[in-house]
Amino acid sequence: MKEININTPLTLDKVENLKAGDRVYITGTLYTARDAAHKRLVESIKEGKELPFDVKNSIIYYVGPSPSKPGEVIGSAGPTTSYRMDDYTKDLLNLGLKGMIGKGKRSLDVVKSIVENKAVYFAAIGGAAALISKSIKSSEVIAYDDLATEAIRKLYVKDFPAVVVVDSEGNNLYNIEVQKYKK
Amino acid sequence: MRKIRVEEITKEVRKMCIKANCDLSEDVLKQIENFKENEKSPIGKDILEKILLNADIASEKQVPICQDTGMAVFFVEIGDKVNIEGNIKKAINEGVRQGYKDGFLRKSVVKDPLIRDNTKDNTPAIIHYDFVEGDKITIYFAPKGFGSENMGKLKMLKPSDGIDGVKDFVLDTVNKAGPNACPPLVVGVGIGGTMEKACLLAKKALFRDLNSYNEKKHIKDLEHELLLKINDLGIGPQGLGGRTTALKVNVETFPTHIAGLPVAVNLNCHVARHLTVEI
Repeated sequence: MKEININTPLTLDKVENLKAGDRVYITGTLYTARDAAHKRLVESIKEGKELPFDVKNSIIYYVGPSPSKPGEVIGSAGPTTSYRMDDYTKDLLNLGLKGMIGKGKRSLDVVKSIVENKAVYFAAIGGAAALISKSIKSSEVIAYDDLATEAIRKLYVKDFPAVVVVDSEGNNLYNIEVQKYKK
Repeated sequence: MRKIRVEEITKEVRKMCIKANCDLSEDVLKQIENFKENEKSPIGKDILEKILLNADIASEKQVPICQDTGMAVFFVEIGDKVNIEGNIKKAINEGVRQGYKDGFLRKSVVKDPLIRDNTKDNTPAIIHYDFVEGDKITIYFAPKGFGSENMGKLKMLKPSDGIDGVKDFVLDTVNKAGPNACPPLVVGVGIGGTMEKACLLAKKALFRDLNSYNEKKHIKDLEHELLLKINDLGIGPQGLGGRTTALKVNVETFPTHIAGLPVAVNLNCHVARHLTVEI
């Protein structure tokens, strides 16, 4: 497995360098959004309103963290299951979203849109939330505060660990690896 | 009659909420360690190592193992020689309220499934009561995350579908869940009863320790066979390939109708939180 350090913003040249199966360590800015925030983001797009952050060349992390203990940057913060965001994903990819971090399968439609828009889907380890939090260095709610855990946060991360699952050519690590171990 | 004050129940529930979410239980830990030794996939083995490392960090810092600290599910067995002084339902919900607040656990419950406003204290809990002999109350608790809960299924099989129908349905459910339910999984299967009883049995199966077996030999054999077959699917840790797709299959059964064979599958992720307290 190739190991690659990437810095945000996630520009096209960086995306094209990533292949399904690569292990990445991300440094820079991630925006958090899950179900309720996605619904609002896409409603805003449809109404022609400005979004709370610039989606172009950005990475969205599907997460709803647990509350931070006093003195901590954030609580436990592992990925949530991605398919629930599938209905909203195309609209964001069309605006230039380049990366998504979550866990689990994506719809064929989303994979098609990932290829068309030259983007990438990463998986982080679901349930390794305390470990993942160690790579989050700052966290600030920038929108939808009323959604509590589902609010949009701007995170600064250092060496955030993830794996490329769907690359910009549509290769899918879930399909490739499972075949090797199936009996 | 033995008197039990509801304050005592609240106190225990509060503690259970925090402990179950921050300390990976011993049986799950051991099973992950066992499977790790035999995992052939390098990606899979690395993931199992990270899962164990994560459990260490969570326990040491007393933070949640997983950010999805679940919806609080309880099975409560009340002895027939127990006199509860007060309202047990309120007492359990108060314990959840306190535990999720004091333990910095995530509040993941919405008041209405369609309007979706957060209740902000993780109540109401889901509570199932049962009445047994004795002078004790036993509280079984599992905070249930929804990555895995969403992948559960129920099927009303025909009696002629038999045991092969049951096996096919369980395997199909796990296969369709793939990476989504955060494997390695614990698979809870409920067979028999009515539609809702099968679901309850599947849920109850997830409360059992991973080193336990069903007392009936043919069901114990089924648990064993299903585990082998599930691990032949190749899904592996986090669905990224490997031989560790499930850590355990627990099956519970109940008498059913001459016309039916209900089967429910309730999946749990590798955190597989479950805790029991006797009062």
